[in-house]
Amino acid sequence: MTMDPPQGLLAIRHLSKTFTLPRSTRDVVTAAPLRRLHALRDVSLEIAPGEILGIVGESGCGKTTFGRCLAGLERPEAGELLWRGQPMLHTDNRARRARRIQMVFQDPYAALNPGMSLGTMLDEALLVHGIGTSAAERRDRVNALLEMVGLTPNLKDRLPHAISGGQRQRVCIARALAVEPELLIADEPVSALDASVQAQIINLLEDLRTKLNLALIFIAHDLNVVRHISDRIAVMYLGEVVETAPTEMLFARPEHPYTRGLLKAIPQPDPTKRTRVPSIEGEMPDPLNPPAGCALSTRCPLVLPDCRARHPSLVMGEDDHFVRCLNPAASTGFVFTSSSD
Amino acid sequence: MRRLVNDATRLRFARNRNLQFGLSMLAFLVLTSVAGSALVPFDPLDIDFGQALQQPGWPHLFGTDDLGRDVLARVVASAGVDMKVVSICVLLPFLIGSTIGLVSGYFGGWTDLIIMRFVDVLWAFPFYVLVISIVGALGPGTGNIYLAFSMVVWISFARIVRGEVLLARRLEYTQAVSVLGYSHARIMLRHVLPNVITPAIVFMMADVVLTILGVTSLGFLGLGIQPPTPEWGVMIAEGRNFIQDGWWISLFPGLAIVFVGITFSLIGDGLDDFLRPKP
Amino acid sequence: MSQPIIKVDELRVTFGHTPEAVTVVDGVSFEIGQGEVFGLVGESGSGKSVTCRSLIQLFGGARPSSVTGRILFDGQDLAQLSPADFVRIRGTSIAMIFQDPMTALNPTMRIGDQIQETLCRHDGLTPRQARLRAIDLLKAVGVTAPERRLDSYPHEFSGGMRQRVLIAIALACRPKLLIADEPTTALDVTVQDQILKLILRLRDETGMAVLFVTHDLGVVAQTCDRVGVMYAGRIMEMADTTQLFANPSHPYTRALLRALPAHGKRSGRLEPIGGAPPSLADPPTGCRFHPRCRNAVVDCTTVRPPLVTVAPGHSGACFRMGDVS
Repeated sequence: MTMDPPQGLLAIRHLSKTFTLPRSTRDVVTAAPLRRLHALRDVSLEIAPGEILGIVGESGCGKTTFGRCLAGLERPEAGELLWRGQPMLHTDNRARRARRIQMVFQDPYAALNPGMSLGTMLDEALLVHGIGTSAAERRDRVNALLEMVGLTPNLKDRLPHAISGGQRQRVCIARALAVEPELLIADEPVSALDASVQAQIINLLEDLRTKLNLALIFIAHDLNVVRHISDRIAVMYLGEVVETAPTEMLFARPEHPYTRGLLKAIPQPDPTKRTRVPSIEGEMPDPLNPPAGCALSTRCPLVLPDCRARHPSLVMGEDDHFVRCLNPAASTGFVFTSSSD
Repeated sequence: MRRLVNDATRLRFARNRNLQFGLSMLAFLVLTSVAGSALVPFDPLDIDFGQALQQPGWPHLFGTDDLGRDVLARVVASAGVDMKVVSICVLLPFLIGSTIGLVSGYFGGWTDLIIMRFVDVLWAFPFYVLVISIVGALGPGTGNIYLAFSMVVWISFARIVRGEVLLARRLEYTQAVSVLGYSHARIMLRHVLPNVITPAIVFMMADVVLTILGVTSLGFLGLGIQPPTPEWGVMIAEGRNFIQDGWWISLFPGLAIVFVGITFSLIGDGLDDFLRPKP
Repeated sequence: MSQPIIKVDELRVTFGHTPEAVTVVDGVSFEIGQGEVFGLVGESGSGKSVTCRSLIQLFGGARPSSVTGRILFDGQDLAQLSPADFVRIRGTSIAMIFQDPMTALNPTMRIGDQIQETLCRHDGLTPRQARLRAIDLLKAVGVTAPERRLDSYPHEFSGGMRQRVLIAIALACRPKLLIADEPTTALDVTVQDQILKLILRLRDETGMAVLFVTHDLGVVAQTCDRVGVMYAGRIMEMADTTQLFANPSHPYTRALLRALPAHGKRSGRLEPIGGAPPSLADPPTGCRFHPRCRNAVVDCTTVRPPLVTVAPGHSGACFRMGDVS
């Protein structure tokens, strides 16, 4: 992929992350080789201010590790992050990174300190970062934050267990936004919520993007949700980005066989469009022991002999559409059975 | 304003018989150690050979020992002495162990590895053997007792707290505050510690039972608090020569130890139910 | 509909005792025909899982304090059965698969032994016959190289493969009814797709009925013949799947479908349902959906709306069925 000078908010260049699995005494004694899990393999992406980038993939594809590397929770061993063109290192000041990038987690039940009232939690974020000079000013800001995420300020004295799951996710968002970040990473922010509540949170995130010009990296396995909210989508498989494209283009002309399988596998809420054959057979290979060639070569219905030998690189096509496949032409003639026609 | 005690908490306390009994017994124990001596009309150190080896009765409710000292007065006076020593012997290791466990679990890596291997080595020795050998080497005296217990017992607290910290580290709220850029000290003290300390507090109650036995055993062996200061273990040791003619000399301090043991066992069980968040 | 294999009438399940009794399933009635896939769909706390567990009296952890109502299975009233008879029914005529395929398998036993155990117990096969049959079963559920896999332990399988093994165990005794409680929720999308299609294929081959419990309307649309939509312990609407999606009549069903991103146009906003599902410890009076319903009238707050038929095979519990839009 070509490297233009970064225009955007955050440029991610060749990010890699490997986890070394713990060794048992037996491994040490027998001098077994270290087992390395390549969670992220050479991931390069960019995000512009106010853009919503969706990351989709199945469990083990590295999408969560990707988010955690950006938020500073994991230390990538290779690659760089450019914030408005300036390198951002893992060793950088944590407080400064916090003011730029914030994160919302999957489980709103686990993401709030159970012993701390909602108001105290928000006030603490302001206090630590020196936002608001007096207690009174911070109190006003806390109220404003709660209102911004659609909660009434009188919930402030509640403890997390006394509010519903949807309200908790709103509090998590308010806490992240308290420090006025420019990029919010949302890792499966709605998958733990009921369908009726999911929509509330998705609308809230869209509103906040418009109101605050907040950039959002939306990580999820639910393609329907990601399609609804994202401007651009990156599909990940086995630690790699296999395809990225603007949302509508990805759904209209998916080129990678995996993307096509994924799109067809989403159960569409429309009983008139049923298929009887699974979209893609098999399961993701063991990440400790990835295939030599293309990561999908073990499952791909269109696999060529070359695919098992050669590792494809991410190639740019028309209109900002990147695909990592040796034989993307084979993917033509795809019909996505979506109900949004 | 948030109320300090809400209805649910009150209900949980009202249903917790263990905690209620335990706390009542503790109140009795504290009152006895603070004000008990004023209520007993004898001095625990007053020797009166004319009154030696009196059976329990009036005016000596618990009888007298071989030197004519009032056993009740001595048991009550010992309560103050023993409770003070035991409290310090429990609190010091609790503070040291919890701090080490917190830091070790939070930062992980090499610090954690070294501390925990050290803990494993200490763990391999029986508790009493270590305490007795340390006091034996350093000599009797309350200062050395504190030192011995602190050196041995902290590992239990460190293990408990570290385990809880490792669990809490995996929960998303500690990661969220880390992404928020809070200082490590703030995360540890405000966000991790309050959510991990409960099991250590519950264990502390069980540790009181172990420690009262430990301290009185040291007294019994002559390694603890020295005579003539009244102390339950010392009293039992003194009474052992008169077990035929003066069984009460050893019996009542023994019962006092049992009382303390039951008190803290009940509080420990009760606290476990009370503090553990409902599933 | 063909002859129903199971008929549930006014099922009511309560946990705990007064004053803290919580009625989790409140008067649920439905029937499933032979070879039919019937879906129960609802959000968390709607009582869908407890409903299906009541059918085979298999409750993890807390047991309900009372279960009332009639459950007619294949002509027998399950409530009248002795515990011993029940165990027999549970193993042979009714089978169940669960959300978490890891905890449903014994981690210390080889897969083959777990399947053969079921076969030997219920069919009286010899170990040799049982092994051959186990291989057939694994083949049927799409496990590759079943001869080799028989000797593996559960942890050597992926989540999707474990669910296949559970299905194989469930099918071992040729059940007349398979209860599937969120069987694909813990799986990835492409694997979910495979498992759903496997269940449908096995239904076609064996003619068993399936009670399919899920929270995902997409899964319902792709899998079920008929659906009951549950909310706060009651069935709100019941219809053929095509009918339900084409012509949802209950305000809750409508709202639920509108809240789905797939139905909204890319640029359009989603229409969430305000508020949150009610607490069953203190449920709303009248219709349980009325506090969140845009079409509620005065009656909705006080009187429980009965399940009325609006079209053949299509019923709903709402005073304004059909006349709201």
